[in-house]
Amino acid sequence: MSAPRPPAVALEGVGKRFGTGATAVDALTRIDLTVAAGEFVALIGPSGCGKSTLLRIVGDLIAPTDGAVRVNGKSARQARLDQDYGIAFQSAGLLEWRTVQGNVELPLALHGLGRAKRRAQARELLELVGLGDFGAHRPSQLSGGMQQRVAIARALARRPALLLMDEPFGALDEMTRERMQSELIRICAETSAAVVFVTHSIPEAVFLSQRVVVMSPRPGRITQVVDVPLGARDEDTREADQFYATITDVREALRGRAREASP
Amino acid sequence: MLLLALVLLAAGWELYKLVAPDDGVRLGESLILPRSDDASMPHLARIAEVFGEQEVAGVEGGGTVLASVLAAVWYSLRLAAAGFAVGVAVGFLLALAMQRLRVLERALLPYVVLSQTVPLIALAPLVYGWSGNLSLFGLDWQPWMSVSVIAAYLAFFPVAIGALRGLSSPPPVQTELLAACAASWSQTLVRLRLPASVGYVIPALKLAAASAIVGAIVAEISIGLSGGIGRLIISYAQQATGDPARIYAPILGAAAMGVVAVGLVALLGLALRRYQFQEAA
Repeated sequence: MSAPRPPAVALEGVGKRFGTGATAVDALTRIDLTVAAGEFVALIGPSGCGKSTLLRIVGDLIAPTDGAVRVNGKSARQARLDQDYGIAFQSAGLLEWRTVQGNVELPLALHGLGRAKRRAQARELLELVGLGDFGAHRPSQLSGGMQQRVAIARALARRPALLLMDEPFGALDEMTRERMQSELIRICAETSAAVVFVTHSIPEAVFLSQRVVVMSPRPGRITQVVDVPLGARDEDTREADQFYATITDVREALRGRAREASP
Repeated sequence: MLLLALVLLAAGWELYKLVAPDDGVRLGESLILPRSDDASMPHLARIAEVFGEQEVAGVEGGGTVLASVLAAVWYSLRLAAAGFAVGVAVGFLLALAMQRLRVLERALLPYVVLSQTVPLIALAPLVYGWSGNLSLFGLDWQPWMSVSVIAAYLAFFPVAIGALRGLSSPPPVQTELLAACAASWSQTLVRLRLPASVGYVIPALKLAAASAIVGAIVAEISIGLSGGIGRLIISYAQQATGDPARIYAPILGAAAMGVVAVGLVALLGLALRRYQFQEAA
């Protein structure tokens, strides 16, 4: 990191209230969070804690009621218009009438890239997610895990500095899930994108990220940020003592009890 | 399959004539099964014969019934097609407007539904009456235009409803994705909403095609426009005492119109089959 890059995400006092008057619900209150360029941060918490809402606020898909959102040093809206981030959801949401390749090309086409460039880039991206031979397939011909990889390739299409991921592996079986996690680690290393990753799974959060942001509901807020003191990840990481210790830290944090320093 | 159904229908008709008593079946005073004598249900062979007969008996060189029916079908089909085109355009524009602005959906949709409860035979003379002295851009209003307007009035409804459902069908995942890609409304329309709507619009177009034809025929009768199949049905019905089989000729003609119209839409559906997919699991 030679030149100082602006943080990928900077949130200051962000709040979101749905509805008005007596029936208003505070989905998020006083969220302060900074995600450095290239950093991997997981958001974890029970249902209703507003983690998906927070992700959508960062992506300018919904507007916050209070606070300031900066993405890549710009307003969230400008960052969205510049396609500074890529996004992937729990369901792949591929367009059935397009081929796999066509789906990956979509963000590029929307950006007005020429056909030849689009093709070449999409092919590269499909190679990156290990689907080089499946460009001409229809999404319905792929398994759930493969569809999700297409969705990730699509999220990476504009070479974004930031990836927003909303439980992208939530619908996959455990084995596929672990393989996809390792793939994601590799892809992030190759693209040096920052990631905000929403998940329900404690091991997933710990395995993937450098920091785990623990949230709690009613009203949605950040209760603790757990640093993950694991180095480069590989399959052995899943068996490491430090991995389990950090899982315990996050679990305790989710229960609302902060542990002292980890052993 | 289609042919088999036709054969079964024909066999059922003849079988009923064979089995049921001529006067039908009565339970006390009320007739519970229809009559099956030759005046009520002519043999199919007799109906087929009718097509070959001279339309006006004894006049040599006059056209056959088949020629009249075909000419009437062609005439009515064109009126229905004009109505269909206008109805589809109006229905689609309404659906687009309602999809774009939720307020419009709340304001318009009840009236769209309500519009179809107005009895057609009451409406047709009204349209005819209103438009009697209408002149658009130096083009005088023709009576056939009233017929097409009625056809359009019936055709727009399924298209408006079907297209609205289709345009609103993409799940949040996909609309949010397009928003995340900074896609404009028109880009979202072209890349997402229109392709996603095809599976809903094709069945709606089939309904609209059938409705346009029913509308055209009923309007022809109601307005009293001659030249089309509606008028032919009335005029042959009046000859029913002399030749009970004759009325079936224009009825079959009307049915053939429906088959042609729905068939054309089915062809369109075939051309767009890439967009008609089973929901991915």
